[in-house]
Amino acid sequence: MKLATQAAGWAFGALIALAAAPAALADALDDITKSKVLRVAVPQDFAPFGSVGRDLQPQGIDIDLARLIAKELKVKVELVPVTSANRIPYLQTRKVDLVISSLGKTPEREKILDFSNAYAPFFSGVFGLEGIAVRKADDLGGKTVGVTRGAIEDLDLSKMVPANTTIKRFEDNNATVSAFLAGQVDLIATGNVVAAAIRERNPKRKLATKFVIKSSPCYVGLNKGEARLLAKVNEILAAKKRSGELNQLSIKWFGEPLPADIAKI
Amino acid sequence: MRYQFQFDAIWPYADLLARGVWLTIQLTSIAAVLGIALGVLCAMGRTSRFAWLRAAVGVYIELIRNTPFIVQLFFVFFGLPSAGIKLTANEAAVLAMVINMGAYSTEIIRAGIEAIHRGQIEAGLSLALTRLQIFRYVIIKPALEKIYPALTSQFIIVMLGSAVVSQISAEELTFAAQFIQSRNFRSFEVYFITTFLYLLLAIGFRQVFKLVGWWAFARR
Repeated sequence: MKLATQAAGWAFGALIALAAAPAALADALDDITKSKVLRVAVPQDFAPFGSVGRDLQPQGIDIDLARLIAKELKVKVELVPVTSANRIPYLQTRKVDLVISSLGKTPEREKILDFSNAYAPFFSGVFGLEGIAVRKADDLGGKTVGVTRGAIEDLDLSKMVPANTTIKRFEDNNATVSAFLAGQVDLIATGNVVAAAIRERNPKRKLATKFVIKSSPCYVGLNKGEARLLAKVNEILAAKKRSGELNQLSIKWFGEPLPADIAKI
Repeated sequence: MRYQFQFDAIWPYADLLARGVWLTIQLTSIAAVLGIALGVLCAMGRTSRFAWLRAAVGVYIELIRNTPFIVQLFFVFFGLPSAGIKLTANEAAVLAMVINMGAYSTEIIRAGIEAIHRGQIEAGLSLALTRLQIFRYVIIKPALEKIYPALTSQFIIVMLGSAVVSQISAEELTFAAQFIQSRNFRSFEVYFITTFLYLLLAIGFRQVFKLVGWWAFARR
């Protein structure tokens, strides 16, 4: 019985291997140009990367970049809404050609997929009113910073600031943001996505990036072994960085130009 | 239960807990003194001859007693800065606690005042006491003595309610507990100790109130 099951397993495995073999040989870039469609996994619930706009159309920097790449490849774009949990399975099962979904690089992910060059900023940092002269953690001495208690920014910041810094810890993200908007604190430590949301909603209190605590930029994700597609995507990204279009996307969606480490080609 | 208690994980944060307890004591004491003073004033207003004053105090009491404390706190801390009044977390916490304590103690003290028999006041008048003397000796002192246990309970409630001010980054006992919990994740131990500290505080404050009452209402 046991042997029979095992044999069936082997047979099934062989069948899968046979079926998969031709697909693996075909080049994704050829497939895209042949079908004239670029399928991209994009987020739908994570502004400003990807969300549903008031006109019920997807919008965000990831969607804009997907359209930009498709335009350069001279093909139509097909946006496939994904969640952060299923974006990599969608790529692995070849339901999409690219993942442009605020995807960060980790050693585990590098084992199963390839990454393009970085295209968008994703970092935790200290943000504050434009007039305040803070460039690094040491400059925070004697100043007051708001942060969400127990958040990763709290843990990181608490270790790096001088002893005479006052850290005001709030219960949740909303309270931290409210404290900044109400003027209870002029500096907050949070993510650049939160900062972008504040910038968009409250232009009265201008929020500038003071310094970066931890950076984990976003990359376009591809299947392994698609060297030509990867080269093409990187070529397009480089061209868009040079032309300033990517920078404009950053300003449009984050309210700030691309950080230097991402802008460099 | 297979939980491994590790109380020694809390020990490095002992000074944080101590500072938290101290701030809770300070906040509550200030709120109690000012709140009861506010309560006496408002109780006077509530039982005054002037209809407009009774109405104004009535609005205040109904507004505070029928809204959650945390909303009042957020109103003071996040709302008032828009009107140009910016308070620190501790100031905002005290203000909200005084306003809250004031409203409840007004009703408690009013009950005491109304329990004073008219004949007592008439007796005072016939002894040629002034209005102020009557209020002080015949009305408010016996009134406070009558409702003193209720006032003590209300005070304990305010002390326990002060846990909420950790939400606006005031670093009292609950803030300390949550902070420690977010650093070493020993929630059970932290809240075990915190519960015990609140219990001690409540019992301690009750004893202090008893002493104060014994001194203030001594039959001399």
